[in-house]
Amino acid sequence: MSTPLLHVNHLEKYYQKTHILHDVNFELNTGEVLTLLGPSGSGKSTLLRCLNGLEAYQQGSITFDGQAVTQKPKQWQQLRQQIGMVFQSYDLFPNRNVLENILLGPLKVQKRTRAAVLPEVQQLLEQVGMADYANAYPRQLSGGQKQRIAIVRALALKPKLMLFDEVTASLDPEMVRDVLNIIRQLADSHAMTMLVVTHEMDFAKQISDQVLFLADGRIREQTPGKQFFEQPQTERAQNFLASMDF
Amino acid sequence: MAHSGIDVLTAGSNFSRLLGGLWVTIKIALIAIIIGLIIGVLLGILRTLPNRPLRFILRLYLEFFRIVPTVVLLFLFYYILPKEFNVNLPADAVATLVFALWVAAEMTDIVRGALESVPQHQKEAGQAIGLTYWQLQRYVLIPQAWPLCLPATVNLMTRVVKTTSLLMLISVMDVINIGQQIIEANNKTAPNGVFWIYGIIFIFYFMINYPLSRWAKHLNKRRLEANH
Repeated sequence: MSTPLLHVNHLEKYYQKTHILHDVNFELNTGEVLTLLGPSGSGKSTLLRCLNGLEAYQQGSITFDGQAVTQKPKQWQQLRQQIGMVFQSYDLFPNRNVLENILLGPLKVQKRTRAAVLPEVQQLLEQVGMADYANAYPRQLSGGQKQRIAIVRALALKPKLMLFDEVTASLDPEMVRDVLNIIRQLADSHAMTMLVVTHEMDFAKQISDQVLFLADGRIREQTPGKQFFEQPQTERAQNFLASMDF
Repeated sequence: MAHSGIDVLTAGSNFSRLLGGLWVTIKIALIAIIIGLIIGVLLGILRTLPNRPLRFILRLYLEFFRIVPTVVLLFLFYYILPKEFNVNLPADAVATLVFALWVAAEMTDIVRGALESVPQHQKEAGQAIGLTYWQLQRYVLIPQAWPLCLPATVNLMTRVVKTTSLLMLISVMDVINIGQQIIEANNKTAPNGVFWIYGIIFIFYFMINYPLSRWAKHLNKRRLEANH
């Protein structure tokens, strides 16, 4: 039995008096893909943000790669180099071109040399079909292209875990597939460990090694693989799947 | 035309004296702006920290310099510093100090406002790739806030240049003070000299401030265009 890469233990999250996450527990092994499903407002994104320190949690504990998370800013700054995150709104830096967006982390945070990083970045850009856009500025790119660059920006730090927060939610339908394919490829050929929040049910069904179904800030179902989609146990999950219409 | 008084401008060394006064004005404004910008940017960044006492103190500093009229500040520093604290500074230095502190105070607000108007998502994206606080400021927030600051900063510069006209009150030999001296010395022989002297001073100030004002307008336009 190897220890899990990520262990979340009795996590509780409040915004002032509002209780957002109730007793969240789960484990994620290296190479696994966990999808977080649930209606909007169920706390999926908040949970994801707790896992890289963008939100603080009030009780419970997280262990990442054998290290207990202390929630100190300094430690988060270290851990974030190993926990990549991609956002719904891409959030590329508009003042920097594609290459500068991607290189900022490896060069300034990890202090690696440009010569060492550049070949890796070129390869990543080729993988996502963006090799010709290294000098473009974010404003010149479409939503799907921006999101692909945002994924490369996170991957350039060589993270052990990737968090995807509804990364296709603001994309035009024809762009969605490209981005999902990239994530699928990451899981299949690179065995990247991932936590994915998504509303794309077909995609979730294909990619998941584990599904967490959240509603009202509680985990309602926790199932391996496709079982969630074929035999949802709770009525809430059944209703949720029925409403997703896929 | 003999009595129009325009001769006052060219009589003796009057014109070069006026230019000398103008130089004092420019020097004080320029040094105050440079020092004020540096201090103001640093303090402006600090005002975005979640530290309440620090924010309160900096807010107090801003409000003090914003509410108290510049004349009062000049007198305060010119008369009270030597008397109460035994610090004897020449008038030029006092003027530069007061203006620098004033520019810094106004700058903190411009910088704070600009930094806070950079979307929260940009900050989070920077944090997510592991940037430290100062790296985030340097590579993400300040470069994006800077274009937002520029028009207001240039406008502040024009206000500083204009407000140097108060410096004669603490006996700084600026262009207004020199002009006043020339007017008084020639009052008997050329009573209309006042018109010409203040006319030339008007032109001097206009020559400095009009380009600044145009520049601010241009920067603002460019910023709006860049957003589309």
